[in-house]
Amino acid sequence: MELLCPAGNLSSFKMAIDNGADAVYVGLKNDTNARHFAGLNFTEERLEEAVSYAHDRSKKIHIAINTYAHAEQWDKWKFAVDAAAALNIDALIVADMSVLSYAAERYPDLELHLSVQASATNAGAIEYYQECFNVKRIVLPRVLSIHQVKQLARCTNIELEVFAFGSLCIMAEGRCHLSSYLTGESPNMNGVCSPASHVQWQESDGRLTSRLNNVLIDSYQPHEQAGYPTLCKGRFQVDSNTKAFHALEEPTSLNTLSLLPELFKIGVNALKIEGRQRSSAYVKQVTRVWRDAIDHCSSSMHVNDLHDWEKRLESLSEGSCTTLGAYHKSWQ
Amino acid sequence: MQYSLGPILYFWPKAQVEQFYDKAAQSEAQIIYLGETVCSKRRQLKMVDYIAIAKALADKGKEVILSTMTLLEAPSELAQVRKYCENGEFLVEANDMAAVNYLRKLKVPFVAGPALNIYNHKTLDILLKQGMKRWCMPVELSKDKLSEILSKCDAIGIKDRFEVEVFSYGHLPLAYSARCFTARSENRAKDDCELCCLNYPRGRVASSQEGQTLFVLNGIQTMSGYRYNLINDLKTMEGLVDIVRISPEATSTFEVLTNFVHANLISLSADETNGYWHQIAGLTPLGANQTHSRVMS
Repeated sequence: MELLCPAGNLSSFKMAIDNGADAVYVGLKNDTNARHFAGLNFTEERLEEAVSYAHDRSKKIHIAINTYAHAEQWDKWKFAVDAAAALNIDALIVADMSVLSYAAERYPDLELHLSVQASATNAGAIEYYQECFNVKRIVLPRVLSIHQVKQLARCTNIELEVFAFGSLCIMAEGRCHLSSYLTGESPNMNGVCSPASHVQWQESDGRLTSRLNNVLIDSYQPHEQAGYPTLCKGRFQVDSNTKAFHALEEPTSLNTLSLLPELFKIGVNALKIEGRQRSSAYVKQVTRVWRDAIDHCSSSMHVNDLHDWEKRLESLSEGSCTTLGAYHKSWQ
Repeated sequence: MQYSLGPILYFWPKAQVEQFYDKAAQSEAQIIYLGETVCSKRRQLKMVDYIAIAKALADKGKEVILSTMTLLEAPSELAQVRKYCENGEFLVEANDMAAVNYLRKLKVPFVAGPALNIYNHKTLDILLKQGMKRWCMPVELSKDKLSEILSKCDAIGIKDRFEVEVFSYGHLPLAYSARCFTARSENRAKDDCELCCLNYPRGRVASSQEGQTLFVLNGIQTMSGYRYNLINDLKTMEGLVDIVRISPEATSTFEVLTNFVHANLISLSADETNGYWHQIAGLTPLGANQTHSRVMS
């Protein structure tokens, strides 16, 4: 089982490799990837260094080119694929059909992984991407229950990659326009969700409020911990007669550590850690814990055996609160 | 310009659905989409019922398309989509790549629905070769983006080989989740939902703590809080758009349709928007300075 870790810069990249990642995924410094944040990602020169660092240590590097190509600037996505291919990277993570098609035809030996942004949640969609673009692995959206992941594993021969830890998208990735509805910028088109440039924090009378493009997302009492204001994690009133509550989701993050024995049993090929936007210290700690857990875990292990790793991860999670998300049926 | 009625996105009782399509048969809509696209637990109408309505509408001269589910997780849901794709009589709207996969293998033409991620000419070219005959663009795309995409289509010689449809009226489908938010709003889990969406024929409105309408909960689907309304933008669709889609709402759908067909310009009401078409935030109507100027309370 591959441990795939995030890196937003070279320092995080090295931390991930040094602390036990089998592979690290990165993005280029433009809007061709779904973490298009200021100060993040790799220039071609930095990428070259990263590739050598990984390959010298027999580790892998995946490049995410996983936003949807704009018609007017389609060549930007083409150049991103060309640049990645020229650097002899190990896999491309792609969502857009036209980019998949280009990569598959131009670089038939380059391994293609279907990005979570392509929202392939079922055997039919997977077959489409396998047959049309020779995709080797699929990153599963965080909408499936563990039972559904198991069913998929039984009826497809594609490699499965699942999200194991990090921020929790509660919508089917690639099928969420909430960000553009509020800000005009979206993950699919701009590689951002709830962009920081639209976030406003205000403090008055002891209350902290968070806004996204002037829309009130949440308001916090002094004792409450504030979360990043994505629309899906705010507190809202429903039918205006209720007390405001987390109508969509609480500010929690995903942690599937307790499912690790099950994921082994299913034969999942890779565990993905979310967080290219996080610090190198975070990448280091999370990578270390998951490396240890994977090395010591087996399909016969009991959940209680995982207690130590669980504790170490808790302190690294958003709001210090984690969930199994959709993997656990009752969350749905 | 042609006018279509999109699939009903809400969960309505069977009688209400049948009544809606009785009216639709007499309406000015030339094209009618039918079918459940949101949740497989919504079974007031079965496939046989939809086919019966489809036949009745076709007899009245309507072009009928069977719309299929968007978020497919269980094998049973996939099997159901396959049955629709294999119906042998009516065109199908694909809202997931699984449907595209079946349709391309059956070598039958299809409509690419708004939930498919199609953002450029080269993707359109791929789907065209696989049988796409009409494209209803993603709701977040603007007039300018559409026009860029179509001019690129022109450059590669495919612009006239498919029709372009734009979701032009109604609460916009914005997101899909494994979680049912309507059930959650009643403090239930999805497995224990008791089909509570039936109690909310317009969905449930969620507002900010300042009273601003933000979105509508419709089962596992999250919709825009404001209704999208491009009636004043019809002129700017000329030369770009072939079909204007009106999404059914619990009230006034046919009055709205008539207004569109006769291009009766209106001022948008406080709970309507046209932001996406103008490439600004979806909830901001063109001309509004700030979103918080629209706080209701």
